[in-house]
Amino acid sequence: MSAAVEQAAGGYNFAYLDEQTKRMIRRAILKAVAIPGYQVPFASREMPLPFGWGTGGIQVTASIIGPADTLKVIDQGADDTTNAVSIRQFFAKTAGVATTDRTSDATIVQTRHRIPETPLREDQIIVYQVPIPEPLRWLEPREAETRRMHALADYGPMYVRLYEDIAHFGRVTTAYDYPVMVNGRYLMRPSPIPKFDNPKMDMNPALQLFGAGREKRIYAVPPYTPVKSLDFTDHPFTVERWDKSCAICGADDSFLDEVITDDRGNRIFVCSDTDHCRSRSAAKAAE
Amino acid sequence: MYVAVKGGERAIAAAHRLLAEARRGDPEVPELTLAQIAEQLTLAVDRVMTEGSVYDRDLAARAIKQARGDLIEAIFLLRAYRTTLPRFAVSLPIDTGDACLERRISATFKDLPGGQLLGPTFDYTHRLIEFGHSTESAGVVPSLPNAPEPAESFPRVSGLLGEEGLIEPNPAGEAEPGDLTRAPLEFPADRALRLQNLARGDEGFLLALGYSTQRGYARNHPFAGEIRIGEVEVEIVPPELGFPVVVGEITVSECEMVNQFKGSATAPPQFTRGYGLAFGACERKAMAMALVDRALRAEELGEDVTAPAQDQEFVLYHSDNVEASGFVQHLKLPHYVDFQAELNLIRRLRAAADTPQRDAAE
Repeated sequence: MSAAVEQAAGGYNFAYLDEQTKRMIRRAILKAVAIPGYQVPFASREMPLPFGWGTGGIQVTASIIGPADTLKVIDQGADDTTNAVSIRQFFAKTAGVATTDRTSDATIVQTRHRIPETPLREDQIIVYQVPIPEPLRWLEPREAETRRMHALADYGPMYVRLYEDIAHFGRVTTAYDYPVMVNGRYLMRPSPIPKFDNPKMDMNPALQLFGAGREKRIYAVPPYTPVKSLDFTDHPFTVERWDKSCAICGADDSFLDEVITDDRGNRIFVCSDTDHCRSRSAAKAAE
Repeated sequence: MYVAVKGGERAIAAAHRLLAEARRGDPEVPELTLAQIAEQLTLAVDRVMTEGSVYDRDLAARAIKQARGDLIEAIFLLRAYRTTLPRFAVSLPIDTGDACLERRISATFKDLPGGQLLGPTFDYTHRLIEFGHSTESAGVVPSLPNAPEPAESFPRVSGLLGEEGLIEPNPAGEAEPGDLTRAPLEFPADRALRLQNLARGDEGFLLALGYSTQRGYARNHPFAGEIRIGEVEVEIVPPELGFPVVVGEITVSECEMVNQFKGSATAPPQFTRGYGLAFGACERKAMAMALVDRALRAEELGEDVTAPAQDQEFVLYHSDNVEASGFVQHLKLPHYVDFQAELNLIRRLRAAADTPQRDAAE
């Protein structure tokens, strides 16, 4: 490691974590990649950012990042959200790596609550921040029991829950963190992304890593792995659509945030993915 | 045209400046020194060391100052520092029987070898705010009348009961105990791991849980067999030497609860134990910890698990205030994407409800 890189850390190791801790986390990541969708327990560390604010994602990123990487951090799809700014600054300070807000320029994308609209490539890794990794948690609060259910692939209760939704409301009423089946074996929580983003996980060329710091779990979806959102033959999985388009770039196929513009009920819709919105606007301006 | 709000970066920098200003307060008032905190807010320092899991008074004082007196924030600062430290040795078990005691009381015997030693306690103070003196002035401390020489030895209450076989023996020492900071907690957790978790656990949480056992949620009939506060030596055995070397002295608070037990198919009626230990003078914490430790032994002692304090996953997963504080407060972070998804859903559900003729299961 070059002296310049060591300098960047300002007294701490490159990317904050000591090398032994990184090795421990990398072992967990390798296991996670080998068993897609399985939650690997790991000895999560206290980070200088609070639990619940992305410590799992930060530990995963810190363990895989190298001096040549380019990092993008988004929260709610945006690069300029305060917590995304804070995490990007943390890595700029402790690892001295290049950062970007362009999805296509990044080698690692750390995200909270969104998958970028721009399709990811084989040479990219997306790191999700996960608050609650266990997809069965609201059905069964006990970890010992949910681990048993995963071991036996005892996922009936989840289908029953979805069925009850359909019986009561005519549709599944889970709008985000919608459960998925990974590689036909493990039920997985995609982290609280809107179900709009679920189809992007399926057969994605990029490696997808999930870090839950407080809950001390890491899981993964390797490149080109089938990820299926749970559904029934007569009630197929669907994603939300807007009858509006983005007020800035005009996109009608991206996830839109609703922005209230005054106190008389006026509102507009804009892309949640700021990079997607900006590059579309720039392309339009260039025409 | 609408322009999305930018400037998270500048807002954060400005917030940090405001924080520094708020931390300092009125510049006319002299700034607190670390020595003042370490010497005069000793119980705050003790709590931060205990739950921060680092025995370092100066560092804890620094964290308290940096955290504007928010002890959970100070504990977090200490933990985030601690996690970067290498673990170079495991100490031998400390011997609190051999401690240099400043306090030792038992609620089970009126008098006992070594005697009762109150030490610096709030217990019998009247909680009257001392207007006009020691809190404001330099506070001249009255000198002590001639105290009798402390006793040479303080045999343990549990030892005295043990001679008659009235209390369960302490379990034989396992080899090296697990380390919560180096391996994730898995269930069922053994007692050493549970005690580790409770020692780092939030005092308020353990206090409430301990209290709940007294009010009938897993009542276990506790007596404060013995409470000790004193200084003990910490020893390690460096592999190159092969014999124990003292690396420092620490003050600890220890509580041994003596609990009723009616006996089971395999064990005769006897007293059982609950144990609490904390850095510094953290007596309330040590007592609450001992109550919860005893409650968590329910399964091992063949008792029904019916109350929150007996439930390993409930207690051990929610005791850590650094984790709890972070996750509760992460609700401040933006959730507008998820909220938007919920908005869309609820609008669709309401539209469906407004047209009842339509088949609900469209």
